[in-house]
Amino acid sequence: MPKRDDISSVLVIGSGPIVIGQAAEFDYSGTQACRVLREEGVRVILINSNPATIMTDPDFADATYVEPITTEAIEAIIAKEKPDAILPTLGGQTALNAAMKLHEQGILTKYNVELIGAKFEAIQRGEDRQIFKDLVLESGADVAKSVVVNSIEGALAFIEETGYPVVIRPSFTMGGLGSGFAYDEEELRRMVGNGLHESPTSEVLLEESILGWKEYELELMRDTSDNTVVVCSIENVDPVGVHTGDSITVAPALTLTDREYQNLRDIGIRIIRAVGVDTGGCNIQFAIDPTNGRVIVIEMNPRVSRSSALASKATGFPIAKIAAKLAIGYRLDEIPNDITGVTPASFEPTLDYVVVKAPRFAFEKFPEADTTLTTTMKSVGEAMAIGRNFTTALQKSLRSLEKRGSSFHWEGMPGDKAELLAIASRPTDGRIVVLQQAMRAGATVKEAFDTTAIDPWFLDQIQLINETADMVAAHHGDLDALAEAKNHGFSDAQVASLWSMNEADVRALRYSHNLRPVFKTVDTCAGEFPALTPYHYSSYDFETEVVPSDRQKVIILGSGPNRIGQGIEFDYSCVHASFALADADYETIMINCNPETVSTDYDTSDRLYFEPLTLEDVLEVIHAESASGTLVGVVVQLGGQTALGLAHGLEKAGVPILGTTPDAIDIAEERGRFAEILERYELVAPRNGTATDVESAITIAEEIGYPVLVRPSYVLGGRGMEIVYDTASIRDYFVRMEGQAIIGDDAPLLVDRFLDDAVEIDIDALFDGETLYIGGIMEHIEEAGVHSGDSACTLPPVTLGRTVIDRVATATRAIAEGIGVRGLLNVQFAVSAGVLYVLEANPRASRTVPFVSKAMGTQLAKAASLVMVGRSIAELIADGHLPEHDGTHVPLNAPVAVKEAVLPFKRFRNTEGRVVDSVLGPEMRSTGEVMGIDRTFPVAFGKSQDAAYGGLPRSGTVFVSVADRDKRSVVFPIQRLHQLGFTLLATEGTAEVLSRYGMPVTIVQKFSNAARNEESIVDLIRRGDVDIIINTPSGHSARADGAEIRREAVAADKPLITTIAQVAAVVASLEDTGVPLTVTSLQEYALERASW
Amino acid sequence: MTTSAILVLEDGTSFAGNAYGAAGESIGEIVFQTGMSGYQETLTDPSYAGQIVVQTAPHIGNTGMNDDDEESRQIWVAGYIVRDPARVPSNFRSQRSLDDDLVAGGVVGISGIDTRAVTRIIREAGAMRAGIFPLDDRPVSELVDRVRSAPEMSGLNLSTQVSVSTSYVIPAQGDSIGALAVLDLGVKQATLNHLAARGFDVHVIPQSASLEDILAINPVAVFYSNGPGDPSASGRHVEILRGVLARKLPFFGICFGNQLLGRALGFDTYKLKYGHRGINQPVVDKATGRIEITAHNHGFAVDAPREGVIESPAGFGRVEVSHVGLNDNCVEGLRAIDVPAFSVQYHPEAAAGPHDSTYLFDRFRDLVIAETGKAQN
Repeated sequence: MPKRDDISSVLVIGSGPIVIGQAAEFDYSGTQACRVLREEGVRVILINSNPATIMTDPDFADATYVEPITTEAIEAIIAKEKPDAILPTLGGQTALNAAMKLHEQGILTKYNVELIGAKFEAIQRGEDRQIFKDLVLESGADVAKSVVVNSIEGALAFIEETGYPVVIRPSFTMGGLGSGFAYDEEELRRMVGNGLHESPTSEVLLEESILGWKEYELELMRDTSDNTVVVCSIENVDPVGVHTGDSITVAPALTLTDREYQNLRDIGIRIIRAVGVDTGGCNIQFAIDPTNGRVIVIEMNPRVSRSSALASKATGFPIAKIAAKLAIGYRLDEIPNDITGVTPASFEPTLDYVVVKAPRFAFEKFPEADTTLTTTMKSVGEAMAIGRNFTTALQKSLRSLEKRGSSFHWEGMPGDKAELLAIASRPTDGRIVVLQQAMRAGATVKEAFDTTAIDPWFLDQIQLINETADMVAAHHGDLDALAEAKNHGFSDAQVASLWSMNEADVRALRYSHNLRPVFKTVDTCAGEFPALTPYHYSSYDFETEVVPSDRQKVIILGSGPNRIGQGIEFDYSCVHASFALADADYETIMINCNPETVSTDYDTSDRLYFEPLTLEDVLEVIHAESASGTLVGVVVQLGGQTALGLAHGLEKAGVPILGTTPDAIDIAEERGRFAEILERYELVAPRNGTATDVESAITIAEEIGYPVLVRPSYVLGGRGMEIVYDTASIRDYFVRMEGQAIIGDDAPLLVDRFLDDAVEIDIDALFDGETLYIGGIMEHIEEAGVHSGDSACTLPPVTLGRTVIDRVATATRAIAEGIGVRGLLNVQFAVSAGVLYVLEANPRASRTVPFVSKAMGTQLAKAASLVMVGRSIAELIADGHLPEHDGTHVPLNAPVAVKEAVLPFKRFRNTEGRVVDSVLGPEMRSTGEVMGIDRTFPVAFGKSQDAAYGGLPRSGTVFVSVADRDKRSVVFPIQRLHQLGFTLLATEGTAEVLSRYGMPVTIVQKFSNAARNEESIVDLIRRGDVDIIINTPSGHSARADGAEIRREAVAADKPLITTIAQVAAVVASLEDTGVPLTVTSLQEYALERASW
Repeated sequence: MTTSAILVLEDGTSFAGNAYGAAGESIGEIVFQTGMSGYQETLTDPSYAGQIVVQTAPHIGNTGMNDDDEESRQIWVAGYIVRDPARVPSNFRSQRSLDDDLVAGGVVGISGIDTRAVTRIIREAGAMRAGIFPLDDRPVSELVDRVRSAPEMSGLNLSTQVSVSTSYVIPAQGDSIGALAVLDLGVKQATLNHLAARGFDVHVIPQSASLEDILAINPVAVFYSNGPGDPSASGRHVEILRGVLARKLPFFGICFGNQLLGRALGFDTYKLKYGHRGINQPVVDKATGRIEITAHNHGFAVDAPREGVIESPAGFGRVEVSHVGLNDNCVEGLRAIDVPAFSVQYHPEAAAGPHDSTYLFDRFRDLVIAETGKAQN
């Protein structure tokens, strides 16, 4: 059937903020869908609360609603826009759940809107565990023995039958949230209890354990005519027990015979048919008993998933794009394969290379968390690598993680074999390197298999890498040995370490013998047909397929795997640069290794190189592209620290860097040079000093006065950054940092005066050497001290006076000039007691660039990339790339946008199974953000809370417990909450203060003070008797009562407020209760702006 | 690493690599195979006789070899080209390594070369002759001359090399619907299993058999298998098939069998530039519009009009092209309307490959039952 003619407008639901288990891959899939639908002439209406996405660019939809993905907001959009259909299968579990609610509440019927992509019944069949299980059995496939329970008692009864361990999976959650293994009754009780809470249907599935089985995934697509294709098979290197998102995975499956593979395929097709996914894709997970081949179907997702993004990048088959076309009626054979141009999409890609995905974790951000990998996903990002063999792809993927120790190494003695094997028996971040060391220490494939259940074929490949290393080490400087190392994916750095040389010398040796990689093409067909799309990866092989053009080219370095502190926001800027430079007639060349992103879509740039972002790998791409045409330069300021970190090496290699020079970038990083600039322009920074040990730290702290902000030098994302209020805490800090070896003579501890009660201000600006263009001035809602990435902020600022704004603008210009910025600049200020302090300046794209762009209706990253290639801001304003008035002063009738951070605390539990402490601090820990936009600050703030946490309660009980320093400022907001009808609970000290102001307060016991049979606040929260928790921390101690309260609040999913500034914002938002929600698209705001 | 073998192509290109499998040298037609699974089935598929096969999937041998997945009694490829052979097999069914079987079967191979580069050469220049040689001091030009002096695939009748020499019977599973004469032109075990499972007493008959030999078993139907070689060099098999068609005996052919049916009906066959060899090929069944993902292994194809019903030039009534390959619009199936005969160019028995097309065996069984019923009425 060709395209349906009864669908002329479609509402696409996005996936909301980036959280663990639901990340940039849904921006990639959603962006593809929006593009395709618009190409097909369909009016696209989009809802997504995540401003950092490409899909929420006003260019990608006809009406873009950055609104909370709630039933209320979606209904408002449906009422206003009257779409013919809703496409919920490209926005992850969030969109699917939203669609289910719309159906259940009768909203679809009420407005006569059709679900396309997957029908309600299909979603239910795929997602409801019992229905799905029956359906699998009917399809002639097997499932693990299991039972659905809605009580702990039911769970215990099942254990009688199967014994421990047992798998626990709540229904309708994403990324395996709440699932895991219980080994005894205590764990069972806790996990089932949590699962019942997490599951919207209060159901938990218990399953026989299949730990250690081989795990596979198939990506399937099916059309209305029942044509079905398997796009990709993915094999988990880590066996069952580790969530797919946390496993090292490989595509295609490498250890199945055709019989076994076709059996999975047959089962998969029967299931997709039975579930009834008939206009889109799904993924199905399988487990295979390695001893006898018994196959069990684990689960299916009747939607595009993280794995589909990976499969799309791995094969060149754009699943989301095809899914969108199927949803509006096309058949697979009516859709051409973009890559060959001549063959249809109704085929199964075949690979002549190996793809390895490696997860990126952030356990260092949550030191309390248990690092064991389980069926609950904990990784925050991933890197993908392509190689002509497994060893190459694996080694490339590990070095793409950009994490010290993530690659195989051969320095020193490996350690004790038995000890290493014991460590490797527990799946953790970096287990594969431990395993490699164990094998260096003599562990055999058999021993490694017995410990890990990783397939012996993969283990032998690690052995092969070790053997190659030994051979290389034994042939110092030998070119054949070097070539063999390269054939197994060794980096120059690894070879250098084996030869005790430096990396540059290995590279020089390689260059002198012209030992360089060639570039192959991802073509979906293993070379059977010519490929039209230049989507390349490197290989030490014979023939290169790169055909460099004679154009003016710009290389854009992406930001690598997502991690806390460096996420999708940077990809947004890179993609924008690519679009803007392509419009300006440059040939754009993207290098990146993150499979989740829009930047690694082969449609985004003129050429795509899927390569690790290391100096070696980037230089090889540059070399290949330099064969003809002119390399105008490399863009390094948009890809976060990853790209920035390569600037010096590239410059040294003679590669032109666009925009701000590497030396200028250094100025901002180096205290001394930056202080000189501040001095020159009469700007001040908080008093500061450096210390190398605990005693000197105390001396400095006492000299500049407490509280102080301490941070190690040369760390990213606020690692080890803390606010210290007294001498005892400094000592405690040094004790805790001791094991991490991040403070020493070479890396002094920076000690800054911490500005208590200061208001923090963030600015994103553009500078071309002449004109400063302020993108936006953001006022943080939390006071200084909370990392800017974790802090909510408002744009325009709502409490800053004109003089402050003018001073901030002047200071920004001074800094831009002083550093020598060409392109983007982010500056953080704090205002305390009327003094403007400069906290730091970053001459690069910041995390807030997309937020500022969406909130203000500008295209900052696009403009920045044009500045980098020599356009002036005056020109950009003249030709309409930038609005005439910058973001310094915003008219009063402009909308207010609030950014709120989304934090992953719930994912991380300590070894006792408790949620980790969730207080905000100078170290960034959020994974994503949302934007609320409306006419006034309170409404926008309320929307941001709805989008981030499901909203603030309009009535109920508030618990208040604040540190002494906050007691005074908490009085009036709490009084207001009381007047709004909230019941007040407080701990003794806080209650005293509130009582004196005449508020009726019930005193509750602290956790530590509660008598044996007395209820503490922790019990009340756990029981669901508290609706809002206000708790500000005092000093650092994970054992403190505050930590217990915060843990419980996070576990119970209640709004948790940890700063006084937040309290005020919450109160303002609650004041607004009762006004019906209105939704406004970015395009409508743009029209308003145009009329100002 | 030191290289020890060399691949030499007819066009003069050469690739040095590592000797793999049996020692020695081998010359044949070089073709590429794009399946990511099923190397054992590929190697033991008689259709590959005389061909040097390049596996585009880099890792081969990972799951070892086992007795159950053999498609015939031996490995048939003339040579084997693999980028990264497995060092250890890993699979619960593995009985021995691929290496062992290649050595035991005397199959000369080469590994560690840029298989994608070789594939692209074949794609651009077409299937050609090639040789794998030990790397010694012979000049490449001498090896190229040797390759060029070998016979070309066109015009070769290879079924004599792969067919059984004496008949044997595989009894029907369940109730028998009668004897089926399977002319072994290089038949695969999976095909025989499918036929027996559909209730045929499967008589596997040597390719040298005459029409009388076939009729002697009193078959309810006749089947022509896949196999190597140029269909235009198998005139005798075409004549026998015409005899079958004239008697209105139900007929089903696969691959080579499809080409022979095409010729028997009066169509021509031609050599494809580089053939179809893989397990991901989309084919449309024109009767239903359904797409099947199918296993292919053919270097030749039938030249017949894709659209509408046409008269058999050889006088067997109306005929139509039933299946078309979507990648290149190639004829992938034929159906006679006035005689009970059909065939497909691809492999419904799969092995290796997807099972989307096994319905064709049911269709054959249904046809035979219908025709038997007609004959009895």
